[in-house]
Amino acid sequence: MGRYMLRRLANYLILVIVATSLAYFLAALSLNPRANFEAQKPRPTTAQIDATLKTYNLDPETPVVVRYARWVDGIAHGNLGLDIKGGSVADDFGRKVGVSIRLLVIATIIGSIGGVLVGAYGAIKQYRFFDRWTTLASFFLLAMPVFVVAIALQMFAVNINDAAGSTVIQYIGEYNPTLSGFWPVLISRLQHLILPTITLTLFQIAQYSRYQRNTMLDVLGSDFLRTARAKGLRRRTALMKHGLRTAILPIVPLLVYNIVLLFTGATFTETIFGWHGMGEWLVLSITTNDVNSVAAVSLFTAAVVLVAGLLSDLIYSALDPRVRFS
Amino acid sequence: MSTASSRAGGTPQDSTTEEGLTPVIETSKEPAADRHGGVPPLLEVSDLHVSFPSEAGPVKAVRGVSYSVRPGEVLGIVGESGSGKSVSSMAVLGLLPDSADVRGSIRMDGRELLGLNDAKMSKIRGKDIAMVFQDPLSALTPVYSIGTQIIEAIQVHQDLDKVKARTRAIELLDLVGIPDPHQRVDAFPHEFSGGMRQRAMIAMAIANDPKIIIADEPTTALDVTIQAQVLEVLKKAQDVTGAAIVMITHDLGVIAGFADRVMVMYAGRPVENGPVDEVYYRPRMPYTIGLLGSIPRVDADERRALTPIDGTPPSMVALPKGCPFEARCPIAIDVCREREPELLTAPGANHPSACHRSRELAEGGGEGLLDPATIYPIPPLPEAHEIERLPREERTAVLEVDNLVKHFPLLKGAVFKRKIGTVKAVDGITLEIKEGETLGLVGESGCGKTTTLLEIMDLTGGQAGSVTVFGKDVREVKGAKARKALRRDMQIVFQDPMASLDARMPIGDILAEPLKTHGWDRARTDARIPELLELVGLNPDHSDRFPQEFSGGQRQRISIARALALEPKLVVLDEPVSALDVSIQAGVLNLLDELKSRMGLSYLFVAHDLSVVRHIADRIAVMYLGRIVELGETRSVFHEPSHPYTQALLSAVPLPDPQKERARERILLTGDLPSPANVPSGCRFRNRCPKYLQLNPGEQQRCESEDPQLHTLAPDHTAACHFAEALAVV
Ligand code: SF4
Ligand code: SF4
Repeated sequence: MGRYMLRRLANYLILVIVATSLAYFLAALSLNPRANFEAQKPRPTTAQIDATLKTYNLDPETPVVVRYARWVDGIAHGNLGLDIKGGSVADDFGRKVGVSIRLLVIATIIGSIGGVLVGAYGAIKQYRFFDRWTTLASFFLLAMPVFVVAIALQMFAVNINDAAGSTVIQYIGEYNPTLSGFWPVLISRLQHLILPTITLTLFQIAQYSRYQRNTMLDVLGSDFLRTARAKGLRRRTALMKHGLRTAILPIVPLLVYNIVLLFTGATFTETIFGWHGMGEWLVLSITTNDVNSVAAVSLFTAAVVLVAGLLSDLIYSALDPRVRFS
Repeated sequence: MSTASSRAGGTPQDSTTEEGLTPVIETSKEPAADRHGGVPPLLEVSDLHVSFPSEAGPVKAVRGVSYSVRPGEVLGIVGESGSGKSVSSMAVLGLLPDSADVRGSIRMDGRELLGLNDAKMSKIRGKDIAMVFQDPLSALTPVYSIGTQIIEAIQVHQDLDKVKARTRAIELLDLVGIPDPHQRVDAFPHEFSGGMRQRAMIAMAIANDPKIIIADEPTTALDVTIQAQVLEVLKKAQDVTGAAIVMITHDLGVIAGFADRVMVMYAGRPVENGPVDEVYYRPRMPYTIGLLGSIPRVDADERRALTPIDGTPPSMVALPKGCPFEARCPIAIDVCREREPELLTAPGANHPSACHRSRELAEGGGEGLLDPATIYPIPPLPEAHEIERLPREERTAVLEVDNLVKHFPLLKGAVFKRKIGTVKAVDGITLEIKEGETLGLVGESGCGKTTTLLEIMDLTGGQAGSVTVFGKDVREVKGAKARKALRRDMQIVFQDPMASLDARMPIGDILAEPLKTHGWDRARTDARIPELLELVGLNPDHSDRFPQEFSGGQRQRISIARALALEPKLVVLDEPVSALDVSIQAGVLNLLDELKSRMGLSYLFVAHDLSVVRHIADRIAVMYLGRIVELGETRSVFHEPSHPYTQALLSAVPLPDPQKERARERILLTGDLPSPANVPSGCRFRNRCPKYLQLNPGEQQRCESEDPQLHTLAPDHTAACHFAEALAVV
């Protein structure tokens, strides 16, 4: 088992290195940081721009392989380089990851559990009211762009706020920076979390519940569920202990990958609700020709895929004895 | 949802009871206890009806089933697929889907079960009534260990802590014969073989000392030697718990020696019901009679054609009025089309049957009576082809396999595979088929018979040894044209006709395909298709129908027609009847027999069912772990089986004959078939060989070190055992 995991780890590591290197070359060759400085007002002199580009390791005259080598050397020393404004990418990085985590944790937990439960219950009640209704709602949501849902929610929040006579639900930003003290800040953060969490949760429930419904339907007709009831287990106990437990297996990898990839995939939600997380950063760094930031995000994404892979392997083998010893 | 109704008193047709016949449906007016020597029945099912909604209307799966089971008694319920036998027992456990409409009465110890809610039923399930299901792999939850599942069953009903429950689980596993129960208790279902899983199921069923065990086809998916082991365990379980058993099966052989009473079901109703000896020896209902006549028997003395029951069971959605068996019954009369017969005891009979003519159906026939033995016209044995009349030595060989070997490397690793062993799937097989001859290749799953067949059909000659077809060594046949010609002369028929027929093609096109491939022109093809359909007993006008419009037996006939389209000389049949119900199977077997004699064909017939092979084969090869262990003329192999494995195999086959069955001494094999990656040294059968155990150390030494080769016992009879000795077992 340990050796198996080690081998997997080695495979994933190679994958991370290849993917990140490719991303670096792509970014370094296709983005044009010089344009940023040329657009600045007042426009710096060409000599100044050249000098800055050199210090940022963005000089197009230096062979890309050399720049890459420097970048790698930096990473080895814990240094992700400088962003296009001369700040430390590592500092940006820490901040953005923090934002993403705060944004995603609650939504992901509710989304996955909700998705599993909605899907499983829908399967049990196949073609009944609950099932029809959730199926319809899920496909409706999945067919809709995120920003439509987000904006609809914002409008809804406005109505609630109007009715309440005060701003109960916040729709932009992470918290109100003018507040101080533990409780006021916490409450403010929660108020700001409501809408993006609902948005993310809805989409996750819609997606996961479809998969869960299918796997649960397969299990419902299974002989082992019948055996469990023939032993004397109540219907509900048998459904949870034997049915759902088995039906969850096939969607474990899907859940893990989706959740982990949300880190850089929640771009729209972050942008619309004004959260400065990883997703927003990726788009921003591309549009501002910020090669080092793009490379950092790519590195992060690849690392996150590695974690997802290992995690899903681990969880899967913990849940399914059939793969444990192979 | 289920509703208990008060219709237990009898069916609406009671008023039409004919004079001289006594109704047997248990009525509340007459306590059953009085008729059964004072023992009140444990389980009493009366007038049970189950129907399921479907788009075409309600499917009436069970239409008035009544039976009772007394403590310690074994009741067998026999029927073919769709007869309602499983549905009626699921109803007893209350495990039918919510959409099922269940009516009638099910009483246990006098308490009505129908209409109880899930909470109350859960207290009865697994405690008073336990269940053993058919396929033990899918019937156990894959993610929990065997122990966990048994402990769960114990703890649902008994107030035992984890440690005590575990101890009890280990005891139970030991009881059902799982070796090493202390270790195996933590194994997962996928780590158990089929037979062991079924043992574990039985352990689970007896965990709470049930009063009744319902076993639904408990041995159907298992090999015959494993079936014998499992039946033995089930008997033991009954001895230990004193439980009554309701055994549901399609196999009349399994019940013959096991049950006290038997109920035969057809189209959702019992059609005959009584003590096994009565029903087997003095059947009074044409369906039962037909069923008994259609089973090929391993203990057959001479070759006879089987009596198939023509037609197929009626649709349960739109049952015709009258007797549901009418369309297939050879002795139907006008009243049969008018009125459905009730389950009544005819004068002179000792058990009830549902037939308007049951009073005429007396053993031996006689004045104005019908002899059950002759109501089905026995098809004449086909007249032997001129080739078949030649002595064997004078016929030419169509297939010669010499020392054929097929080993697979056993690999490990996902990306970089490394070899960690060799699977000896086929390990040196020699056989020969002459013109007009059928060779039956039998063996249990995993013995290598399918690999052998594929190697032969592959026409590449295998890794070692040689395959010679029609006198040509396949290695020497070069060029696409010569190979195509060879292939034309040998055709194959597979087990599952639905999977091997393209559902989107009308059967005419399916039959035309091989003809087209071999360059037949349109006119010749068009003329050939009706001919082929007629040849296999199908209506030649149906060539534009699609495979799904035909029943299982008819589809297999289509497969056969396709194989015969090009008039091959050798037909390889891979389990051709094992997916079919017995009454249908008989017709296909007769057809194969007839075609063989008519066209002078040779068959290589691969099967696991010894009775089928006994019926159809001229010669038999018994395979064990990649080798042929006994080979010879059918009669001689069945009458004087000389290899201990053949003896065990034959003795494991249940006979549909209660008295013989009860008198038989089974040779039980221990354990499962070893993996072909791990073949024992010397004789590959020695770790399971019953004979080995009786040998003295010197002789045992020989079994361990020397690999026995086939040696001749009689003119056409060889066996690969150092101490081969004939022993009559059937
Ligand atoms: S009632 Fe008539 S049709 Fe039915 S089995 Fe008897 S004789 Fe045949
Ligand atoms: S050779 Fe020995 S072990 Fe093998 S079958 Fe004969 S007696 Fe049994």
